[in-house]
Amino acid sequence: MTEPLLKVENLRIELTTRAGVTPVIDNLSFELGHGENISFVGESGCGKSMTALSIMGLLPEGVGRIASGSIQFHGEELTTASTERLRDIRGNEISMIFQEPMTSLNPVYTVGEQIAEVLRAHQGLSKKAAWDMAAELLDAVRIPNAKSRVGDYPFQMSGGQRQRVMIAMALACKPKILIADEPTTALDVTVQAQIFDLLRDLRRNTGTSIIMITHDMGAVAEMAERMIVMYAGRNAEIGPVDQIIDRPRHPYTKGLISCVPHIVANLTEERHDLTEVPGIVPSLQEFGKNRCLFASRCNLRTDECLRERPPAREFENGQKADCWHAEEL
Amino acid sequence: MDGAVNFLRVTLIRVFYAVILLIAVLILNFSLMHMAPGDVADTIAQAAGGIDAEALEQIRREYGLDQPFLVQLGRYIGNVLRFDLGYSFFYSDKVTSLILSRLPATLLLVITAQLLALVVGVILGVFSARKPNGILSHFVTFLALFGYSAPVFWTGLLMLVIFSLMIPIFPVAGMRDVTIEGGFFAQAFDIARHLVLPMITLSSIFLALYSRLARATMMEVLGSDYVRTAKAKGLTNRQVVYKHALKNSLSPVITLAGLQLSAVVSGAVLVETVFSWPGLGTLAFQSILARDTPLILGILFFSALVVIVGNLLTDLALRLVDPRVGGKK
Ligand SMILES: Nc1ncnc2c1ncn2[C@@H]1O[C@H](COP(=O)(O)OP(=O)(O)OP(=O)(O)O)[C@@H](O)[C@H]1O
Ligand SMILES: [Mg+2]
Repeated sequence: MTEPLLKVENLRIELTTRAGVTPVIDNLSFELGHGENISFVGESGCGKSMTALSIMGLLPEGVGRIASGSIQFHGEELTTASTERLRDIRGNEISMIFQEPMTSLNPVYTVGEQIAEVLRAHQGLSKKAAWDMAAELLDAVRIPNAKSRVGDYPFQMSGGQRQRVMIAMALACKPKILIADEPTTALDVTVQAQIFDLLRDLRRNTGTSIIMITHDMGAVAEMAERMIVMYAGRNAEIGPVDQIIDRPRHPYTKGLISCVPHIVANLTEERHDLTEVPGIVPSLQEFGKNRCLFASRCNLRTDECLRERPPAREFENGQKADCWHAEEL
Repeated sequence: MDGAVNFLRVTLIRVFYAVILLIAVLILNFSLMHMAPGDVADTIAQAAGGIDAEALEQIRREYGLDQPFLVQLGRYIGNVLRFDLGYSFFYSDKVTSLILSRLPATLLLVITAQLLALVVGVILGVFSARKPNGILSHFVTFLALFGYSAPVFWTGLLMLVIFSLMIPIFPVAGMRDVTIEGGFFAQAFDIARHLVLPMITLSSIFLALYSRLARATMMEVLGSDYVRTAKAKGLTNRQVVYKHALKNSLSPVITLAGLQLSAVVSGAVLVETVFSWPGLGTLAFQSILARDTPLILGILFFSALVVIVGNLLTDLALRLVDPRVGGKK
């Protein structure tokens, strides 16, 4: 009976753009256990937000769609679920906080109303009860004077406070899964640390599983059990965080980790040489090609990398890497 | 009740500016009329079938028209501030009472036409924004083109022809039927029937304008981050569109409606003339033909007043839909 909470299998998401149909997500699989924290890392544009939105059933209408694969929540298939069922799940059992705290709250309603609304929609709370609960939630996400600020409008709050409001809103119904899409990218450094602290404490208190998307390898090392490194819409490497940091099996992961020397220094005696990852992510049009998409930036590149897409290599420690040279690393 | 005090203060400042603006309008109107060839004395002379130069001078002296310009201006402003707009030679009545007897008809026409254009415009905009390629959306595009290119008197004449010759269900002239007897409701119904055609004609231009803007803003708002948040909360489509999106798309439309108010008032002059609607417009038309300077000035003054008061109300409405306007706290 160790069915995972969330099981994503061979997910393929296609975007219809002017240039044609391209897979932004190509054959992605991962699982999320109860109470687990899994982190997505990868450069901008590699499809992290798309993955998150597909789980929520919120891919941009008319542009993105799930072409194949499955997303199972508690064994229930979400890709074919009815809109009513998805609405029941959203904000209730799976909720999400977004990358853009400044614009993710509705400017013309008070933050209290925006939190209370979720409670009324999913838990059938009365207006009064939902409002009181909203104040409590604001307090729980450490907004000072929560009782008096619950009637504030978003424009009266700072970016960090708005993101706290988003977190309060996301946690209002005690969801099983919280998807945090770069919750700190738009915030300044001190606030970033506070938000991560908050998420960690909330997870400890509520047991919510977290899918955390971030660029911050330090936060990954500190908070997540497992991580997925994505590159150009594909899985580059997946596995336990400490194992991957200890010995990355994909040259892209290796490059990413060596960009942040302090985590390497913490975890291993020997320090890897500092190499950044030269070059840029391939354009969306190249996403579907049958070859290793990282090859153009890779110093281990051989002919087969350009000839065929690398299959997943599995290791005993649970690490899995899509690289022709995974064993050599 | 911090907000209320602040609101009162802001409103008072607004009223103060409005008064200054009105005085500026007075000076401008008066100067323009002064520069125009011919004056009241000429008009009276004409009405009397021609009189000699001495009698003309006599009349000028009586009305103070021989005084220097600034003296005349000062006296006029002084009179207006005491709510005395002078005397109409053509109608042999006080300008103020003439205008006040006509004002309700114009206000009725202007307000209902503006409301009709706003409400229908927003409804059309919202529906067509939800289906950008649907029939309704194309209809809005067509309507906008029609509204922009068809002059209001032409639309009015078209309506006249259609409704007097082909489908005579609405009266095409005047404001009430003198033969109708009965209580308040019978009278009101009669006026409403007479109002239909002028109201539709006047609102047609603005309907085109508002529906286009409403569609554009609604489409933008529907793609915004906070609408995505609303969906992620698991709200129903209806709540997402009519609660979260609609309120945000209203303020640009209300702002435009405020800016268009002067155009609505001047449009009313034409529409009233076409449909013999007994309002300020027909009065203005006749007073210009009769060179009835005090009456023209009075009507211009009242039109300015209507526009300024309308703009104050627009501001108020904006405050209601958008808490950021005027900065609470
Ligand atoms: N609405 C859209 N229409 C067309 N293309 C889109 C749309 N949204 C995203 N994309 C494209 O899909 C790709 C993946 O985007 P996604 O937002 O998932 O990246 P990401 O990994 O979250 O990046 P970031 O770190 O910048 O948030 C990008 O190339 C992006 O340009
Ligand atoms: Mg993203």
